[in-house]
Amino acid sequence: MSPRVAKALINGLLIGAAVIAIAPLLYMVSVSFMPQGQASSLPPPVLPKNATLDNYRQLFMNAGMGRYLFNSLLISTAITLISLAFNLMAGYAFAKLEFRGRQRIFQVLLGALVIPAQVAMLPLFLLLKYMGLVNTYGAVIVPALATIFGIFLVRQYASGIPDDLMEAARIDGAGEFRIFATIVMPLLKPIMVTLAIFTFLAAWNDFMWPLIALTGQEHYTLPIALASLSREHVQDSELMMAGSVVTILPVLVLFLALQRYYLEGLLLGSVKG
Amino acid sequence: MTTSRAAWLFITPALIILGLFFLLPVVAALVLSVTDYDLYALADIRNLRFVALENYWTLLQRPLFWSALGHTVYFVVVGVPLSLMASLGAAMLLNSPLARFKPFFRTALFAPVVTTVVAVAVIWRYLFNTKYGLVNYVFDAIGIPTVDWLGDPNWAMPTIILFAVWKNFGYNMIIFMAGLQAIPGDLYEAARIDGASAFAQFRHITLPMLKPTMVMVSILTVSGYFQLFAEPYVMTEGGPLQSTTSVLYLMYEEGFKWWNLGSASAVAFILFVIMFVVTAAMLRLSKRGEPA
Amino acid sequence: MKRFARTLRFTLALALATAGVAGCAKKEEGTRTLQFWTIGREGEAVAKLLPEFEREHPGLHVEVQQLPLTAAHQKLLTAYAGDSTPDITQLGNTWIPEMMALGALEPLDARVAASKVVDPKDYFAAIWATNVIDGRLYGVPWYVDTRLLFYRKDLLAKVGYDHPPRDWAEWRAMMAKLSQPPGKAYGVLLPTNEFEQLLALALQSDDPLLRDDGRYGNFRSPGFKKALAFYVSLFKDQQAPMMTNVGIGNPWAAFGQGFFAFYLSGPWNIGEFRQRLPKEQQGDWGTTPLPGPTGPGASNAGGSSLVIFRRSQHKDDAWALVEFLSRPAVQARFYEILGDMPPRRSSWEIPALKNDDKTAAFRDQLERVKPTPPVAEWERIVTEMQLVAAQAAHGDLTIDQAAEEIDRRADRLLEKRRWMLDHGKKATP
Repeated sequence: MSPRVAKALINGLLIGAAVIAIAPLLYMVSVSFMPQGQASSLPPPVLPKNATLDNYRQLFMNAGMGRYLFNSLLISTAITLISLAFNLMAGYAFAKLEFRGRQRIFQVLLGALVIPAQVAMLPLFLLLKYMGLVNTYGAVIVPALATIFGIFLVRQYASGIPDDLMEAARIDGAGEFRIFATIVMPLLKPIMVTLAIFTFLAAWNDFMWPLIALTGQEHYTLPIALASLSREHVQDSELMMAGSVVTILPVLVLFLALQRYYLEGLLLGSVKG
Repeated sequence: MTTSRAAWLFITPALIILGLFFLLPVVAALVLSVTDYDLYALADIRNLRFVALENYWTLLQRPLFWSALGHTVYFVVVGVPLSLMASLGAAMLLNSPLARFKPFFRTALFAPVVTTVVAVAVIWRYLFNTKYGLVNYVFDAIGIPTVDWLGDPNWAMPTIILFAVWKNFGYNMIIFMAGLQAIPGDLYEAARIDGASAFAQFRHITLPMLKPTMVMVSILTVSGYFQLFAEPYVMTEGGPLQSTTSVLYLMYEEGFKWWNLGSASAVAFILFVIMFVVTAAMLRLSKRGEPA
Repeated sequence: MKRFARTLRFTLALALATAGVAGCAKKEEGTRTLQFWTIGREGEAVAKLLPEFEREHPGLHVEVQQLPLTAAHQKLLTAYAGDSTPDITQLGNTWIPEMMALGALEPLDARVAASKVVDPKDYFAAIWATNVIDGRLYGVPWYVDTRLLFYRKDLLAKVGYDHPPRDWAEWRAMMAKLSQPPGKAYGVLLPTNEFEQLLALALQSDDPLLRDDGRYGNFRSPGFKKALAFYVSLFKDQQAPMMTNVGIGNPWAAFGQGFFAFYLSGPWNIGEFRQRLPKEQQGDWGTTPLPGPTGPGASNAGGSSLVIFRRSQHKDDAWALVEFLSRPAVQARFYEILGDMPPRRSSWEIPALKNDDKTAAFRDQLERVKPTPPVAEWERIVTEMQLVAAQAAHGDLTIDQAAEEIDRRADRLLEKRRWMLDHGKKATP
């Protein structure tokens, strides 16, 4: 095979793959601008005729999309900020601070990684019910405030910090919290960004637990609202597409802006085997 | 303050959260699975009974459990290899020195991974709509008989597998790319001088060198695919004729539709054990071929 | 038509939303909000009745949430488990025992006794009885639903009958003649995934479906076996097609084409047939009470009730809404909007119901309906009953085997109930 043919073939295949990956997303945007009923006509329209913003208007005016968007933003942001703090502190401690039982506790946490989260869901519901948290934002936020994965990620990264830096500060009489805040945190900045975007995306896209824990629609996040709407409005493809666009757009934009960090984190997190 | 005390203060918030909201519930799930916790018990805890292993025993006798397990295994056995092939293929294309606009393609191929399952399921459901979907329209236009993708019990699961592959292949693609980049280029150089074909290079260099990555990626993907839930929940509601009811779907229905939390916990534990055994076996098998 | 309904729904939703926004804007102090859940289509209709109620009760705002029919049962249980029940909800009357067993419902006896609007004697007795458990009242019937026969008069005339069937024997004879040629035309449609048809036939017997205070299944009784044998024989003799309602797809068109001559179904189909069958066929179909083993038979006492949740903070307001929706005049309007049949005899006095030959059969049938056993597990028991019956119709089980199997499954489902009864436990605190 001549290099030219090979080059055409490889790039051709890449274009084909990219089309398969992206086309459904673009199609979704296109259908979301179609007037009601147009998507259910033959032949299936690719671009909207008489493009309209009606679907978006309806979503926010009647279907309460604004509320769901707010819920999603609130829940995801709260989880991201607080869990970032908890995971950073714990990950750093496991990497750099000496204390009794450090190895053993970390082993337990690593072992727990094999347990699928769903095993905990049923008792967790009851626990939160007795705590009065079911059907509040807390039901989704509180259990997500620390993750083994996050602690692991930070520990991996923090292990690379030279001990001399902390030792020098200790000799100067700095307390552990000051060392953490002024010396360690700046060094952990890249992993903070990585972990933040990972957490935010995971929280935003999470489905099963919010579906269980948020029993009233005033607390629904976007995915839950979308799933419930799409069961009631099976016929209204255009409206559902608009809902999907609203759900996906924020995370897609976030990813595009920070993808370098995200992909790095993905690789860091996957070398645990 | 000593370093040790500071360390405990640093890890305490995370440990409380993980202990209270993850480890404790896991233990509680084990306890729950040997009780008949149901709606009556929810109304009044005095209606709770210890039933030993009865939940497990009843479950093993229920045809629905076995069919749910069958559907899940189907999803794993067909979906994981397809996923990995797509990921590896895409990674190799992107890794080729001949490929152009790599950052663009990488982003494009990865995009489905960051999207929300529920949201993309909506467009997928529309594309595969029997009557108005683009897929059947194209099939019809080129003379292939159309398929009732999500309405035919034989086709619903394959459609969901296609969806899952599309949604997920980008993730492993990134990991494979890193693995491929770690293979020393002179290996290929030497093979080329020996006159090895592209396929031979793939078989004798790429695959063996990728093995550690492959093992890890397969294990992670298998355990991820065993947790099939959102896809059937939004695309088929477990149907048609329960042909896409997965084990987790069964757990959800048993637990949060009928509120039989006891037997739902048993479902969760059986799934956990199966996942554990399968992934452990995969790890064992992958080590067998290695020199001691 | 579907599109019209959709447009209507959105216009309505829009109107509601605007009203909601406006309502919020001028929300004064002391404004109470009543959470009212409805199931399926009722929500749209009730939204048209509520402005009048809100005018009568200044300072009270009713917030309607529509649960989709398929998700309603789960949503209600989830709301109970999550402590987020509304003030008042529509509830299928077979679900009342379950919610009552959870202690979720407010007893209404005292309120009814003091009420000038809700008069128990005016209600169809069997329908009212579905709301009474252990001698206490937990709901007020809102609309009724029972099953009877829709039939093709012209096809019946063709095989020599000028009247609908009065008992099983006559019905059988008709169906035998109508099922020609075999496999191409059928006497009756009994979708094999719906339990209501067999249940209606089974309720015609004097034998109860559960025995010992709902401790055990009683499906081995001669009465149930007779009904099951009749049901199964219809499939064996190719007088009913072995089809689910998914398989049949569009039952209205199939009925119009003469694929089957009898259809055992409920009141909403009056509207469907009027809408979907062509004008020239409108004279060809009718409704008739369900024939029994020996003369006019019973059918099931279905329908929905209005219930108030124990956790509600606005029980008096909720009761005011129950009373409003129970007024004969309001029920008449409700029927005109939606076609849901009222549970009160006085509401049936309006011309739209009284002078309609299609609804007359329902009026007649409603005097002969029977409630299902008031146990929380009933929904799951009938579901199992139908699964086994479908196997018997398929020829996998004999009548005796099937009856035994249903009893076995029912007994298993009732195990917890037995234990609770035997230990003097009540789920209600």
